[in-house]
Amino acid sequence: MISLEPLIFELSKKGRIGLYIEDCEIEEIPKEFLREELNLPEVSQIEVVRHFTRLSQMNWGVDTGPYPLGSCTMKYNPRINEELSWMDEIQWIHPLQDIDDIQGILEIMYKLEKMLSSITGMKRFSLQPAAGAHGEFTGCLIIRKYHKDRGEDRDEMIIPDSAHGTNPASAAMAGFKVIEIPTNEEGLVDIEALKSTVGKRTAGMMLTNPNTLGLFERNIKEITEIVHDAGGLMYYDGANLQGILGIARPGDMGFDIVHLNLHKTFSTPHGGGGPGSGPIGVNELLEDYLPVPVVDFDGNKYYLNWNLPKTIGKVRNWYGSIPVLVKAYSYLLSMGSNGLKLSCYASVVNTNYFMKKVSQIRGFTIPFGNAYRKHEVVISAEKLAKETGVTALDIAKALIDKGLHPPTIYFPPIVKEALMFEFTDTETKENIDKYIEALKEISDIAYSNPEILKKCPNKTLIGRVDEVYANHPKTMCLSYKMYLRKIKENI
Amino acid sequence: MDFFIHPYIPNALILKEMLKEVGIENINDLFNDVPKVNFDLNIPILDEYSIYKEVKSILSKNKVYKKCFMGGGPWFHFVPSIIKYLITRGEFLTSYTPYQPEVSQGVLQALFEFQSMICELYNMEVANASLYDFPTAIGEAILLSSRVTGRRKVIIPSSIPEDRKSVIRNYAINLEIIEVPFLDNGCPDLEYIKKIINKDIAGVYTEIPNFFGVIDFKIKELIEIAHEVEALAIIGADPLLMGIIKPPGDYGADIVVGDGQPLGIPPAMGGNSLGIIACKNDMRIIRQMPGRIVGMTKTIRGERAFTLVLSTREQHIRREKATSNICTNETLLAIAATIYMALLGKEGIKRIAKRIFHNTQYVIKRIKEIGLDTAFKGLHFRDFTIKGINIKKLNKFLKEKEILGGREISENIGLFAVTEIHKKEDIDEFIDLLKEFIRRN
Repeated sequence: MISLEPLIFELSKKGRIGLYIEDCEIEEIPKEFLREELNLPEVSQIEVVRHFTRLSQMNWGVDTGPYPLGSCTMKYNPRINEELSWMDEIQWIHPLQDIDDIQGILEIMYKLEKMLSSITGMKRFSLQPAAGAHGEFTGCLIIRKYHKDRGEDRDEMIIPDSAHGTNPASAAMAGFKVIEIPTNEEGLVDIEALKSTVGKRTAGMMLTNPNTLGLFERNIKEITEIVHDAGGLMYYDGANLQGILGIARPGDMGFDIVHLNLHKTFSTPHGGGGPGSGPIGVNELLEDYLPVPVVDFDGNKYYLNWNLPKTIGKVRNWYGSIPVLVKAYSYLLSMGSNGLKLSCYASVVNTNYFMKKVSQIRGFTIPFGNAYRKHEVVISAEKLAKETGVTALDIAKALIDKGLHPPTIYFPPIVKEALMFEFTDTETKENIDKYIEALKEISDIAYSNPEILKKCPNKTLIGRVDEVYANHPKTMCLSYKMYLRKIKENI
Repeated sequence: MDFFIHPYIPNALILKEMLKEVGIENINDLFNDVPKVNFDLNIPILDEYSIYKEVKSILSKNKVYKKCFMGGGPWFHFVPSIIKYLITRGEFLTSYTPYQPEVSQGVLQALFEFQSMICELYNMEVANASLYDFPTAIGEAILLSSRVTGRRKVIIPSSIPEDRKSVIRNYAINLEIIEVPFLDNGCPDLEYIKKIINKDIAGVYTEIPNFFGVIDFKIKELIEIAHEVEALAIIGADPLLMGIIKPPGDYGADIVVGDGQPLGIPPAMGGNSLGIIACKNDMRIIRQMPGRIVGMTKTIRGERAFTLVLSTREQHIRREKATSNICTNETLLAIAATIYMALLGKEGIKRIAKRIFHNTQYVIKRIKEIGLDTAFKGLHFRDFTIKGINIKKLNKFLKEKEILGGREISENIGLFAVTEIHKKEDIDEFIDLLKEFIRRN
């Protein structure tokens, strides 16, 4: 097969090394336990630099161009935040240093927590969870323990069918039975269905607001009341906080638990899929259930407080994704209260501007009515697919050929041929116009010569990836070792 | 609030114009459905220079130790300069999970290489693209063993630290965890396991080296005991130790987990973590693996390509039936580890492991020379205990000498570590200070 960049294993040549380490002799390990085979590549330092530089060049990032993935909030990642997070005073600190030695980072954690509390209207935060889904899991563990401590046997978690997939997965991991409730024709939680679902077994409800359609659940107070009256707790999935950032707060809406994604709303880079950070905030009711330790201040010193009587314990090693916390803190200072609000305004205007223009393009519809969206909008290409055979996947690949990163596709599952756009506050009007123009052109081609679109992308370094080949048990190849074995076995 | 110019918000001053195209005059019309509550965030806005000054001045209150002997992780290993240089390239740093393979080959191939190198280290055939950290990887491995076997009990060593156990208990919240007592080398008592093991056990977990740094040479026996009742053997193995001793894969381990932090990742107060999970080539296990997995495939034009595979296991498709809830993982740090392993290669990883092992033997030899001893018997790798002195007082004394001491296991037992960055002189100085401390107390 043609390969753009060989695997690093294929660059290996005996007798090369990327780092000088002086050799030494050891004798204590019994011979039968000594390692013999170890097939790591042998490459010099420049080859490593070139290989990974070339790989980076084969990758799209916010630094490369627009990245409108819905529910991912791909904001610009300011480099000053990065630079501060790489200081020795962050990177070369040990978690077990004396409190006196880590006053700096504890101060940042403390101040960040206060800011997140005021942004969400929650009482306290734990900065421990490693990502959004991890925050959800932590929240579910808190809900579980809360009911258990009260001697109540509640094992059902209510989740709308429009929710992020992590919600039901996290609830299930924490031992809950997931009860899915439908979305009504307006794209909102079906209140009647909710009323008939809640009961003695209801542990809580997980809700994203604005939801994944970009619509604000305007009946939120009624929803929280229904769940609270039934004895359940309300969990806020903060993946979509961007849509109301600085405008409204989950705490004021009646949510008991909130997770935030610092790598979304607070601009820390996604790094190709992590490290992220998913702080979890709670109201007074659940303060003592947070993972330990939390950071407190005794008027003189910051310290790690392990004394939360009802704590669920720990959900990961140590105290959280520390460098990510520094980046988020620095970002918050660069925005200030008004900047955060402006950020929300810009992303919501961007979305509605885009929605208005796209709704006029042949083949695309806006499911669940034309109500204004918040930070994101889901477009359906169902009509286009029916009339031309061109699917959301084809559209995504055609956008790539136009130098534009596609939106999230086929999500949420309640929308057929879904294209979920989120431009955040980062995107220029010019780039949003480019997407509108591109979708118009794609629609025109779909109605005139759809076959062309089936072969997209053509201008990328590689052609469309064969997903069937990738996933078939016979051809599936998950490591170099497996690859070598398949060659040997002639597969 | 008036719209104002801001460097991160390019449309700030044309929002009004864009609103007109939407057909509305007032921005508040976009938020009519949101309940109005007044609140003040009270966050100041600073210019870039002021942020830099502010954050730097706060962080200057952190103390960076030049010498560290703290055991139990995270560890102070050397981190080659080019790792930061490469992983902060914007194309890696600012990318999302590689959902669109045609424009994400860089991250995908790097992750495939990560998986491949992890497989080589442990002699396994499949690895995922990372989990959050070591304890969560153990938790996920235990859940994995339960899904594969359909059983609900797991065995873990009682020697692992309480904070790690706490994470495991939270992950295995619906399972029963049985703790095995340890022998005088800190390794699990195999005779005890033999007595209690039966066909209700989903998985047996142990670590190499164990928490006290002792290399467990009975991994093979433990795996055999697990396999006799068709339970899965889960081994937590230090990736650098694999440079000198035979890997768990050689003995038939079903799942291997590891702490990736020693692979070129700075400790960052425990905030840079990388969880490793690998399994053998068994579709029963592979189909139940948690997290992202990258596979090699081809394009419709016939080129080699990489893409995320087996996504029907994952939360965005399978929802409550997913094998895990994990979405965002630790990709960038997995790439850091990949670069580190590429730099070391076959020879380098052996040399670095030998260097660490050599330093460990040397420090223990010197400890014994001055009349002290480790709390556990056996060959140590990197981590070692010192017993018989007051650890709190010792740490205080070392701190005065600008040295970060050990982790307190009990009042008179501390967990320490040496890595490849410790020179003979550093270890000799450490021993001299121990001597001085004993003399004074």
